[in-house]
Amino acid sequence: MIQFSSVSKRYATGHDALKNISFSLAREEMAFLTGHSGAGKSTLLKLITLIERPTRGQALVNNKNLARVSRRRVPYFRREVGIVFQDYKLLYDRTVFDNVALPLVVAGLYHREIGRRVRAALDKVGLLNKERAYPITLSGGEQQRVGIARAVVNRPPLLLADEPTGNLDEALSDEIMDLFHEFNQVGVSVLIATHDKRQIRRLQKRVLELREGEMIHDGGVASV
Amino acid sequence: MTAYLLRHLQVFFFSLGQMVRAPFATLMTIAVIAITLALPAGAYVMVDNVQRVGAGWDGNAKISLFLKHGTNEKAANRLAKKIRAMASVASVDYISADAALSDFKRLSGFGKALDALDYNPLPPALIVHPQRNFNEPVRLQGLVRQLGRHGEVELAQLDLEWVKRLHAMLQVARRGVWILASVLGLAVVLIIGNTIRLAVLNRREEIEVIKLVGGTNAFIRRPFLYTGLLQGVAGGLTASFLVSLGFGLLAGPIRDLASLYASQFRTAGLGMQGAAALVVLGGLLGWLGSRIAVGRHLRDIEPR
Repeated sequence: MIQFSSVSKRYATGHDALKNISFSLAREEMAFLTGHSGAGKSTLLKLITLIERPTRGQALVNNKNLARVSRRRVPYFRREVGIVFQDYKLLYDRTVFDNVALPLVVAGLYHREIGRRVRAALDKVGLLNKERAYPITLSGGEQQRVGIARAVVNRPPLLLADEPTGNLDEALSDEIMDLFHEFNQVGVSVLIATHDKRQIRRLQKRVLELREGEMIHDGGVASV
Repeated sequence: MTAYLLRHLQVFFFSLGQMVRAPFATLMTIAVIAITLALPAGAYVMVDNVQRVGAGWDGNAKISLFLKHGTNEKAANRLAKKIRAMASVASVDYISADAALSDFKRLSGFGKALDALDYNPLPPALIVHPQRNFNEPVRLQGLVRQLGRHGEVELAQLDLEWVKRLHAMLQVARRGVWILASVLGLAVVLIIGNTIRLAVLNRREEIEVIKLVGGTNAFIRRPFLYTGLLQGVAGGLTASFLVSLGFGLLAGPIRDLASLYASQFRTAGLGMQGAAALVVLGGLLGWLGSRIAVGRHLRDIEPR
């Protein structure tokens, strides 16, 4: 699903955010991306979502060479990647339904199809009864579940998350991580950037660890 | 295709809804656009009316043919008959030297002084009324030259200067209206561009999110373009209403003024065609303004 070979990212300021990163994430695999703040986790996710472009190396996502995705094609590329954010990035002047529907509206689906899929996604995250609510009236955990519903509503083969439990307490974090795990079990590839060691130990998945832009660990949980 | 139209319809009503939800800001923008459009439109209608007044006067153009002294009535009538037969002439009046003298005495107030003269200094004259469709300055001048060639004619005179001046002034005024319209049209583009710019910046986060979930620039642009279009159209509608109102208020006094000159002149307003043109123009300028503004700012707003 993801193949990075010798990818580096240097920002215009001269800061080397990623140095010579090589790894791959198989189809239907789930992995954690960890490391201290500033280690390059966010930058890695930004490369995969084409928010940033690599300075060197080759990156393939879903069999597409990122360097070959033109500006104009970026929106179509992003429709195949679901993204979940630490701060949820919901639109607070729209209902839960409209928030979750956004990727489908953007893709130009028919009204009826949108309703069907939005309800399916809300059902999966357990918020079917909140579709008419505004996000501001929901708890943090519920807001993050809205964010997850939005990320999976158009059934992308790859799901990315950037510190999805960063603003949540332990019990809510468990629920959110279990949700990601469930999506992985039905065939979605999942890559989660987090420094929540408790979750990493709990789920026992592959771990990629970054330090100062370099990949220092790729494997089991044991050494973390 | 229907899905495409449906989506556009949805965006149209979404934009309309957003405008209605901020009524004060929307009305302010529309009012500014309306006034900006009403100014040149009103000036245009004004020039149009003045031109129509001028056209009425052109129809009364007269050519005076002063005949040589001693031309007798018989010769004058023969000439009058010849001229009357011309296609470009509507009618010819003969004023004998005696009649001219008595008119002059009556109208000038120099009666006593003229009595002191022992002869009549005034020549007999023919007053030629050209056909209505022959009253353009250039054609009139040609006619005057032609009439002046007759042997009996001493001097052929057309008081054309003021007609020419009026036409020249109208040319200046019309050019002025176009310049005003261009400048104010640009102002409409800038006004709408600015409101749309603010709207884009206000919705920065929303635009970022839409870009992250795969929204194309065309998708993000659409509601802003509709907003610009709607504001322009509403501005055009209001402007045509303002112009109609203004000329409606002027119509009464102008009718009174015209009746004092025994004229049947009536002011012409913007008309349906003019109003429609104003609305279309407003919409076009609104769309253009928002297109420029959104195009400039959309590129800068990228998710971080």
